[in-house]
Amino acid sequence: MGYAKQPDFGTPAVRSDRTVTLSIDGREVTVPEGTSVMRAAAEIGGDIPKLCATDMVKSFGSCRLCLVEVEGMRGTPASCTTPATEGMVVKTQTPRLEKLRRSVMELYISDHPLDCLTCSANNDCELQDAAADVGLRDVRYGYDGAHHLGQAPDLSNPYFLFAPDKCIVCSRCVRACDEVQGTLALTVDGRGFASKISAGTAEDDFLSSECVSCGACVQACPTSALMEKSVKEHGKPERSVVTTCAYCGVGCTFRAEMRGEQLVRMVPWKEGKANRGHSCVKGRFAWGYANHKDRITSPMIRDSIDEPWREVSWAEAISYTAGRLKDIRAQHGARALGGITSSRCTNEETFLVQKLVRGGFGSNNVDTCARVCHSPTGYGLKTTFGTSAGTQDFDSVEHSDVILVIGANPTDAHPVFASRMKRRLREGAKLIVIDPRRIDLVRSPHIEAQYHLPLQPGTNVAVLTAMAHVIVTEGLVDTQFVAERCEVDAFEDWARFVADESHSPERLEPVTRVPAEELRAAARLFATGGNGAIYYGLGVTEHSQGSSTVMAIANLAMATGNIGRPGVGVNPLRGQNNVQGACDMGSFPHELSGYRHISDAETRALFESDWGVTLDAEPGLRINNMLDAAVDGTFRAIYIQGEDILQSDPDTKHVAAGLKAMDCVIVHDLFLNETANYAHVFLPGSTFLEKDGTFTNAERRIQPVRRVMDPANGYEDWQVTQLLANAMGLGWDYGHASEILAEIARLTPTFAGVTWERLCEEGSLQWPVNEANPDGAPVMHVDGFVRGKGHFVVTEYVPTDEKTGPRFPLLLTTGRILSQYNVGAQTRRTANTAWHPEDLLEMHPTDAENRGLNDGDWVRLASRKGETTLRIKVTDRVAPGVVYTTFHHPETQANVVTTDFSDWATNCPEYKVTAVQVSASNGPTDWQEDYAGLAERSRRISHEAEGEPAE
Amino acid sequence: MSDTPHSGTLARLIYMANQIARNFCALDHDAAATATADHIAQFWDPRMKAAISGKEADLSDVAARAFAILHEQGEPAPQTRATVFNDADEGGRSDAG
Repeated sequence: MGYAKQPDFGTPAVRSDRTVTLSIDGREVTVPEGTSVMRAAAEIGGDIPKLCATDMVKSFGSCRLCLVEVEGMRGTPASCTTPATEGMVVKTQTPRLEKLRRSVMELYISDHPLDCLTCSANNDCELQDAAADVGLRDVRYGYDGAHHLGQAPDLSNPYFLFAPDKCIVCSRCVRACDEVQGTLALTVDGRGFASKISAGTAEDDFLSSECVSCGACVQACPTSALMEKSVKEHGKPERSVVTTCAYCGVGCTFRAEMRGEQLVRMVPWKEGKANRGHSCVKGRFAWGYANHKDRITSPMIRDSIDEPWREVSWAEAISYTAGRLKDIRAQHGARALGGITSSRCTNEETFLVQKLVRGGFGSNNVDTCARVCHSPTGYGLKTTFGTSAGTQDFDSVEHSDVILVIGANPTDAHPVFASRMKRRLREGAKLIVIDPRRIDLVRSPHIEAQYHLPLQPGTNVAVLTAMAHVIVTEGLVDTQFVAERCEVDAFEDWARFVADESHSPERLEPVTRVPAEELRAAARLFATGGNGAIYYGLGVTEHSQGSSTVMAIANLAMATGNIGRPGVGVNPLRGQNNVQGACDMGSFPHELSGYRHISDAETRALFESDWGVTLDAEPGLRINNMLDAAVDGTFRAIYIQGEDILQSDPDTKHVAAGLKAMDCVIVHDLFLNETANYAHVFLPGSTFLEKDGTFTNAERRIQPVRRVMDPANGYEDWQVTQLLANAMGLGWDYGHASEILAEIARLTPTFAGVTWERLCEEGSLQWPVNEANPDGAPVMHVDGFVRGKGHFVVTEYVPTDEKTGPRFPLLLTTGRILSQYNVGAQTRRTANTAWHPEDLLEMHPTDAENRGLNDGDWVRLASRKGETTLRIKVTDRVAPGVVYTTFHHPETQANVVTTDFSDWATNCPEYKVTAVQVSASNGPTDWQEDYAGLAERSRRISHEAEGEPAE
Repeated sequence: MSDTPHSGTLARLIYMANQIARNFCALDHDAAATATADHIAQFWDPRMKAAISGKEADLSDVAARAFAILHEQGEPAPQTRATVFNDADEGGRSDAG
């Protein structure tokens, strides 16, 4: 595909049941009522010149270039602000309009540098296009009058620049920031001729401002005033390929705009159904890690982790690895081997890793990072609804009246969805936030939560039960929904349980620390405020009662009738790009793809006959149990694709002990991550830009990932798995990811109708795609729950065993921040470090003062498990008694302090509650120093390659 | 760490079994024990199941009964919808993580 701009219809699409038909330049067009004349013209291929209009933001009517003539109307109305009406007769090109438009352009150009040939927007500039469209040949005013030329550009943002002399003050950037992103960081400062775009800070630069670097302003800018630095460096793209972002579970689709194999920029794809043309700083800009100097592209092996790495050929690496695996299996049995699939990799790659473990290694010891994030969602929603997937698509939020956000921080962790949510909130939807921290959503420009319930970490179940108490005892239950859609006996048991006085907000206030009146008011609002939607994240799941909390959320949604239509539902916000897909693909130790238990003989027979192997009928080990078994000597070898368990999993010392005890640790990754410090084989991985395949986002939306450049390491990740499988004697011969997808569809009923060709044609499909849902299923439980009736579950509050006390009086909770992503392997290797160069510990001013600590001080953070040091940020965003940090930086190793307590049902770690003490510190802890030494030793590479050179 | 209940794999497994049992406490004793047994049967690896005899002093009554059920009667039928899995040819359900 050659390079073409994305179509721009000038004004946003309008939803209306009624249509109008009008005539534009003699051609009839029928559009939804309320559509602008500009958009109507664009829909039949017309191109009315415009500068201040773009279809991502509302019409503004400022540039006066899009004037048209309408029969029966006086003057020349702006087509962007004039709605099309029935029978309207419009002319977009007349001598009068030509003259008017040309005059307008003359004024613009009289104050614009005429350096088109050297401008980074040359041939990709709407001002240039408009000048051509109106036939501008001369500027009668000359260029000597007052002007804005020669102003210094703002280069503060690492990814884009602002050149004020190229700015035409159309305010598209300001409106994109307001309407699309919802940050309201930009403004037009001054009046008349002095008007200028401002980031509104004392320094008046983008980096010091509220700007979150989402790129919406850059995308909206019609000139080179706001421009990606990468375009300035490389030039205009020559082709574009639509692909899917590899960061969070929102699953934004982008156009990778290329020059040869050089990625010039990633631009959000307007037709993407998850992101609708929007992006965040990570997907839009943070892709430079692909070429970072730390990237390893040659396979490496070593017999012991005390030795330096030895670069070898792929052939030697694979043969060495297969040899070790076979030896270990011969000596210790198949159950001594296992693997971890990656939620960062494609469905196809994940499917193959679990196929290799089950069919090649011969055990079911396969797990994935959903273990440490949303496994309780699986358990909880399956128990209550019969299916655990999120019930809605992202578009649903446009119909919500009350949004309840619990244990999620969407503006940081799911920013593109957060922008869509904020848009709905600005339209008037009400917001309830249940979170120990005052997250940005609680109060930000034009957004204010009606209720923020700052609960004590670890008391989610108590808070939700108290809300249910209010709903039941105050007669706010949707009795018709419950009677028609739910198991009534179970409801009655539950209602009796929650109605007990011991579950009243007043009685639970000492436990939850949430003021009872606030909680009552929030419960009433949720039950009576119209369409109520619940969005939750890892603040729900990463607790000892994660699964119970998910069930309590489902109970609340059913009791209030908030299931089965747009605007409502239970919506888990997934952490990683393909965490849904990794689970769908059979990455859990107890089940095959499509959520079929490994003990089911019929299911096993299906796979056994297709794969030509015999499968173990017993469930395998979960990640944490693999580590225990390794310490005990019964688990000896692991193949880890695209996951850094040493940094991401809790109780780092235990993870290290488990890895150290194994005979063969195989890390398949882009970088020598922390886990690789304990590895014997390093197989270099490929980035999402270097492979074909599919990701499945939080909406169950399967989207294509497309290869835009050759893998720097020589192979797509599934090819590496295939090499290993074949060295183990499996005889696979996949030639392309689409062949693996065909196998997935053949063996997985929910994927039955999915093909690579169909995905490429339709853009995305939401599973299940089968006989009952040939085109997929955007919203679930519309007429009934997947398996009959909704099931209320009594969720008894069981306090965590992680207790504060005199030695560890504070509660630590952890999370992530907008600019960094999880263990930071990618984002730390980009300019995103400009925003978050280190992990900080947030602490309330009272707690800081009691300890004599000041903002920026180095502190020692200690728990019963371990200790680390980092700097503190004193802020009232956290409540007294609670501290918070991120886990993006290996220097901090926040998980050295987290415990091995976990969810009772799924063993999802209790990251969100650790009893800690914080005190002044003079420097790194012994663990940090020892670990830094180990990491340095372990990363040594001997460059005296033996055998044939690496490919 | 010696001051947590999880030192050693056996201690950890006992803790896990007790924790599962504790979260089924809304059910009566027998139902909670059967649900705990079902949960362990469906989600635990064989070496984990084999590690616990059911006689360990630290096991709660419900957890101990769960192991007795597993040893005497084998795997119980599904006790919650969490342990009802898709059939080989069934589509449309998920317990995604």
